[in-house]
Amino acid sequence: MEYIQQWFEQLFGATLGSTLFLFAENLVYIVAIVLPLLLGVAYLTFAERKIIAYMQIRLGPNRVTFFGISWLRGWGQPIADAVKAIMKEIIVPTGANKFLFLLAPVITIAPALAAWAVVPFSPELVLADINAGLLYILAMTSLGVYGVIIAGWASNSKYAFLGSMRSAAQVVSYELAMGFALVCVLMMSSSLNLGDIVIGQQGDSFLNWYLIPLFPMFLVYFISGVAETNRAPFDVAEGESEIVAGFHVDYSGMAFTVFFLAEYANMILVATLTSIMFLGGWLPPFNFAPFTYIPGMVWLLLKIAFILFFFLWFRATFPRYRYDQIMRLGWKIFIPITLVWIVLIGMVMQLPVSLRDTFPLNMWFS
Amino acid sequence: MSAQDTIFYFFSAVLILSALGVITFRNPVYAALLLVLAFFSAAGIWLLLEAEFLAIALVLVYVGAVMVLFLFVVMMLDINLDKLREGFWKWFPFGALIAVVIAVEIGLVMMGDQFKQIIPLQPKASDYSNTKELGRLIYTEYVYVFELAAVVLLVAMVAAIALTLRHRTDKKSPNPSSQVKVKRNDRIRMVSMAPETKE
Repeated sequence: MEYIQQWFEQLFGATLGSTLFLFAENLVYIVAIVLPLLLGVAYLTFAERKIIAYMQIRLGPNRVTFFGISWLRGWGQPIADAVKAIMKEIIVPTGANKFLFLLAPVITIAPALAAWAVVPFSPELVLADINAGLLYILAMTSLGVYGVIIAGWASNSKYAFLGSMRSAAQVVSYELAMGFALVCVLMMSSSLNLGDIVIGQQGDSFLNWYLIPLFPMFLVYFISGVAETNRAPFDVAEGESEIVAGFHVDYSGMAFTVFFLAEYANMILVATLTSIMFLGGWLPPFNFAPFTYIPGMVWLLLKIAFILFFFLWFRATFPRYRYDQIMRLGWKIFIPITLVWIVLIGMVMQLPVSLRDTFPLNMWFS
Repeated sequence: MSAQDTIFYFFSAVLILSALGVITFRNPVYAALLLVLAFFSAAGIWLLLEAEFLAIALVLVYVGAVMVLFLFVVMMLDINLDKLREGFWKWFPFGALIAVVIAVEIGLVMMGDQFKQIIPLQPKASDYSNTKELGRLIYTEYVYVFELAAVVLLVAMVAAIALTLRHRTDKKSPNPSSQVKVKRNDRIRMVSMAPETKE
């Protein structure tokens, strides 16, 4: 590393060289996060098709082999899909606002990728270890809705516009419940840094994770996350039986695929944040021998995969919510629950120290 | 010019240009989107001042919630631009007067004592948390002012709801909780009967 830095400084001079080196170094890290993420997205679509197929007693994609290896039937499907998407033509409707029409997919995927900057993969492995990490994540995820709104308006189509209106109202409502659920997490950890939140859950076993004292908040956060990513059963923004495909009805080719990528990247992000904030991030479930041999990042990936399975399971199980019921769930059920739980956590935190240090409470409040 | 200066001038240029765009673009959707860009650039400048909480709160509250609803309304309205511009020159002197008053007020503030001496920003230690410091001030020294502001906002919210809430009697709406509570036996009745086959 230092050798490369010296090489940069020789080439561009001391000040410019070190700046450029910092820039290049971060660029390499960003690529190292985004590439596996996009590969994960590709194989998440494959997992979704396979898992839902098995749940419905079908086989799912089983033709495209992976480099001709016969027992990996179907594993080449995501690659083939990606190649197909790149080859297809992007059609811009005549009445559409061309600039905004093409800008919308970019605005959708940019925050979905930008949020990964502060995600800690293990105690040392984090791109930007900033103090206000949780706030940054909230801010980035709240930007994703712009892509949907702009896409709906720029398409100049009634179906697309209806989809974007639904999505805007839904995402803004569920963001409140999501934010309040996270307020509980940061009250317990007394830190906005995601790494510190995980360290706050350290202990002998999984009983120390915030999942136990904040179980209702875990449910609220996770369900709000499903709603925020516009996934079934909250996928009224697409609602193919009512408004064809919602906000992306006029998109084709790579422009559509970028929306698709953003949706799945957001799913992985919500799963990661749920594992970090409630399931102990990189911590093993039991803090003794066989479990501690496995590196922390593997535990984190296992937890992410576990949560992602729920996303797919929901889609195979539940029928779509009616729109007024979605709003009712967000405003009249989730927000009151979170408000009660915030007060409850606050009361426990204000208990005398001797009481807080007795058995069940000393596991989480120290 | 250091990297920080470059970033500052970049964000300032984007901020000023987008703010100009907000008031000059004919299309209200473009104007609203440029306002989003202006907020975003302002947040970037605040980040340079190491005020990360304010910067992120600006993005979270104004960009993430307020402007979404604003855009929502602007897109839904069918705005007739020609009608909107009809009285422009009639009201121009009045608008110009207000602009001059605002400019004078800003000038008076900027020429005050606080802006006379320029204190260069000292870089804070890496464990300094702007969020924590802000929270400490808000909940200790300025707690009453802060709560007063919260109450004012609450009053505004209640008032807005009270003004728009209408109890209409001519509309039908489902009662979700009664719908959820429905059991199978409320809707169907199992009857056992002999098979009716033709002999």
